[in-house]
Amino acid sequence: MIVLEAAVFLLVAAGGTAVVLTRNPLNQAIVASFYGLILGIMFLVFQAPDVALSQITVGAVALPLMIVLALAKVRALGGGKGGEQ
Amino acid sequence: MSLLPYLVAAWLFLVGLYGIVTSRNLVHAITCLSVVQSSTYILLLAVGFERGGTAPIFLDVPVGTKAVDPVVGALTLTDIVVGATVSALLLALAVQVYKHHGTLDPERFRGEQD
Amino acid sequence: MTPAVRRLVFLAAATVAGALLLWGLTGLPPYGVYPGPYGDVLNQVAVAERKATNVVAAVTFDYRGVDTMGEEYILFAAVIGVAVLLRAQRGEVERQPDEDAADRRAPATSNAVRVLGLALLGPVVLFGVYVVTHGHLSPGGGFQGGVVLATGALLVYLSGEYVTLRRVRPVFLLDLAESAGAGGYVAVGLLGVAAGAAFLENVLPLGQPGALLSAGTIPLINLAVGVEVAGGLVLLLSEFLQQTLVLRRPGEVT
Repeated sequence: MIVLEAAVFLLVAAGGTAVVLTRNPLNQAIVASFYGLILGIMFLVFQAPDVALSQITVGAVALPLMIVLALAKVRALGGGKGGEQ
Repeated sequence: MSLLPYLVAAWLFLVGLYGIVTSRNLVHAITCLSVVQSSTYILLLAVGFERGGTAPIFLDVPVGTKAVDPVVGALTLTDIVVGATVSALLLALAVQVYKHHGTLDPERFRGEQD
Repeated sequence: MTPAVRRLVFLAAATVAGALLLWGLTGLPPYGVYPGPYGDVLNQVAVAERKATNVVAAVTFDYRGVDTMGEEYILFAAVIGVAVLLRAQRGEVERQPDEDAADRRAPATSNAVRVLGLALLGPVVLFGVYVVTHGHLSPGGGFQGGVVLATGALLVYLSGEYVTLRRVRPVFLLDLAESAGAGGYVAVGLLGVAAGAAFLENVLPLGQPGALLSAGTIPLINLAVGVEVAGGLVLLLSEFLQQTLVLRRPGEVT
């Protein structure tokens, strides 16, 4: 049980770092969706199913969707995205 | 081990801030802001955790079994939904910025008049 | 300030902030040992007092109901902000999607996607309604169920075309639903005042724990919050989608 908790915590830390280090916002939306799923699993390990349900529906579905829609609008407004690493 | 979740929360907070400070794209900065918000959820839930406790739902277990703190769960679950909606508002602002300045790069529209 | 200098300043500040954070976090009780009284007290008395088996929902909507009302209004204000920001600006002209067939029309979806999307729509809506109405019994509630219901609307968009979505979700009904949800929360609170007790006090008959009609005002508040969150999120999606699929061209310099 302790091993499971430690593994999930380290996975969350790695996931958060991966979200920040992905500079292209379109790729970052996918990584953020995966990070939201990992966070949901961590909330289950914390014995909080309400919070896990909320995080999975919002952080893995709704938030990356809005990021992708905003990027599509920016692309439709004219040409490429302005400045990414 | 007794400090690991707090360390993870502090690490995520600082990493998210680093992402916002060194960002070259507004949409990237908004996603890093959501990482910073998630670090506060981890801190809250780690404070309320009781080892050996179950979820505070007493539908099939009798009242009196050891359970984790329900107050921090209540604080976190509304916070997640509201945080995502505020991120949507920030994304709408970023779209408007692109309309007016033609770029999403915070370096490029410093001091530029409309 | 060049980016390199900014990065150096941030690293210096982050070191100091990290040291202070560590110093503060080591003062917390060790992870896994819960010292405080409130959680244990609530777990003991909440089921008997409010007849709700989901103690987290009882805390959210009853013991700390005013906080949740404030959070719901943050959501309401954010949706209003998005609607105001993304509406047609002065000087922009809205063009219909079918005027621009060459490059703006989305490709027709394949039959597999359409069948799967429409087959999943029923179960998703049913699941969302289940999560909203059983919030006081098992994990769930208005916030989670509202988001699940909003994903049902998203399925309609993914499986069909945007025109179908426009026919399925008229915007006036969405505005009505969202405002009714936000106002419904305050209405339930005023029920308490009308009954002679405090604002948002649980004044309806409490019933038996475990039954669907129990816990007084908590299912009502769950319904109001679920309607509000679902309406708000579908409005958000429709604002963004409308921006993406209806090309706007500035008519004059703003």
